[in-house]
Amino acid sequence: MTSSDPVLTANLITGRTIEQGVAIEGWKDKQEYVDAAGFVHIDPSEFKTLNVWPGSSVSVKSDYGEVVVRAIKSPYGPHPGIVFIPMGPWANQVVNPDTNTTGMPSYKGIMVTITPAPGKKVLGAIALIKMTTQGGVEA
Amino acid sequence: MRTVTDVVCPFCGTLCDDIEVDVDDAEKICSTRNACIIGDNKFMTAQASDRHLHPRIRRGGELVECTTDEAINKAAEILVNAKHPLLYGWSSTHCEAQEAGMALAEGVGGTMDNTSVCCHGPSILAIHTVGISSCTLGEIINRADTVLYWGCNPVNAHPRHMSRYSLYKRGFFTERGKSDRTEIVVDVRKTETAQKADIFIQPEQGRDYELMNALRVAFRGEPLPESVAGIPRADIEKLAQTLKDGRFGILFFGMGLTMTRGKHRNIDIAISLTADLNKYTKFLIMAMRGHYNVAGADHVSLWECGYPYAVDFSRGFPRYNPGESSSTDLLARKETDAALIIASDPGAHFPIDMVRTLASIPMIAIDPHVTPTTEIASVHIPTAMVGIEDAGTAYRMDNVPIRTRKVVEPPEGVLTDKEVIERIHRRVMELQGLEVPEVTAVKVPPAEAPAPSAFDGILQRAT
Repeated sequence: MTSSDPVLTANLITGRTIEQGVAIEGWKDKQEYVDAAGFVHIDPSEFKTLNVWPGSSVSVKSDYGEVVVRAIKSPYGPHPGIVFIPMGPWANQVVNPDTNTTGMPSYKGIMVTITPAPGKKVLGAIALIKMTTQGGVEA
Repeated sequence: MRTVTDVVCPFCGTLCDDIEVDVDDAEKICSTRNACIIGDNKFMTAQASDRHLHPRIRRGGELVECTTDEAINKAAEILVNAKHPLLYGWSSTHCEAQEAGMALAEGVGGTMDNTSVCCHGPSILAIHTVGISSCTLGEIINRADTVLYWGCNPVNAHPRHMSRYSLYKRGFFTERGKSDRTEIVVDVRKTETAQKADIFIQPEQGRDYELMNALRVAFRGEPLPESVAGIPRADIEKLAQTLKDGRFGILFFGMGLTMTRGKHRNIDIAISLTADLNKYTKFLIMAMRGHYNVAGADHVSLWECGYPYAVDFSRGFPRYNPGESSSTDLLARKETDAALIIASDPGAHFPIDMVRTLASIPMIAIDPHVTPTTEIASVHIPTAMVGIEDAGTAYRMDNVPIRTRKVVEPPEGVLTDKEVIERIHRRVMELQGLEVPEVTAVKVPPAEAPAPSAFDGILQRAT
């Protein structure tokens, strides 16, 4: 990334979607799970800031990690400044693990920066977890 | 072809008990009725041809198939050799397996934790502080004319909640269903749930606590600033009046409050808000529980040792201190040296630093499916699916216990969760040099189930 690359700074929340609910029952090792949870919803007004087409790969980075997902126009806008990734291994690469001594990690309200990631592939769930925990190779 | 009726859906805390499942002559599930898309998918994919049916054990860095006895023995060795094992998950299995799990956790001096820790654990902490006024979903069907969803999205997460219990269902005092009810949604995005609402409030993210306090001020008719959490004063006052004007109100809340800054304090204030409203009307509050038996996991833990989750047995007696004894914090601080994960998938749903700890220690994964957790485990034991291939008790989100049904037999050689836990426990006792009783913690069912009474039927339909 260079200083002239487009960057979107946003507040990330994570949560359920019905497609993610379907995909977690027997599809976690398949492309269906990637399609259901490996994306970020961005407010339609902010795609110009990011200078990418909907469906393109973007890199989401926080103080806690980084992940490549697809950028999708949010159907639930307007909510400028807020982005959403369905709960799952992609979101959990960047969420804040601090529980504030409650046991509950901070799954909502994480400051992230999003940049275009042309040519980068959204990894499958198993490949992503193996890569980030065991240093496995990209599948 | 046969049809199994009154099947209980083993997916979310709504625990729909009106599912019909068609099973063909080859004992294949071929269709369902009444289930939502998620429930239908769970039944229809249960017998997928690529389902993994054999235990696996990690050898030379790879998971390879092994016998059930080998997997059980390895799992027991892992637990016995650990100083402080973590036994986590339990929310997608029945209470009978959870009960066996409590005995195992105590036997190995581990920490017993369920998925409440990353869903409604903060709600439980708030209930310890301020109590709770709640009810069953039957009360909502028959009485609620003001339905407030705060930080939850049932259209996506509990797809039949609105049609079975809260909004569209016709009840004794709500004869016209939705027409007799006002739906209010508070969310940072205009979700599908919000798009259907009569009143939608969109606060700034992470400022729910302030907004709820502002509502409590508005109930008293005291002055408010121009706006709170991005919501204009006039809208807050109008919402406060709507809540007070209802005959019977219910606040359903979800992860939008428990996972957001403030966490248990958000729930404190939500419960206090409903308590305040009882000066003007009847108002109650209920957590939207996620896994179909996460409420059961809390109950079993409570009745076995007095604490609902995050119970540490390492000193030989139960200790409870979420933030210290919770699985998330144990993993973050690397204070556990082995793990048994059952009926959940922390590999997919815990922050990645915690998953790295899980991947670095010996870990047993007990799950019918291949998941990110099973693929970083030392041992994977696939089991029968509760509610489809095994019957047992589950607790609905309103803490009503419901018996899930067995629709088909599990695949040959595949054990139930309870059988696996009990077999591991027996092997643990052998390795510990303890006398293994003939039957451990097993309640032998009667030879024949009693004939259902008319009361059983009434209970089923009424809930």
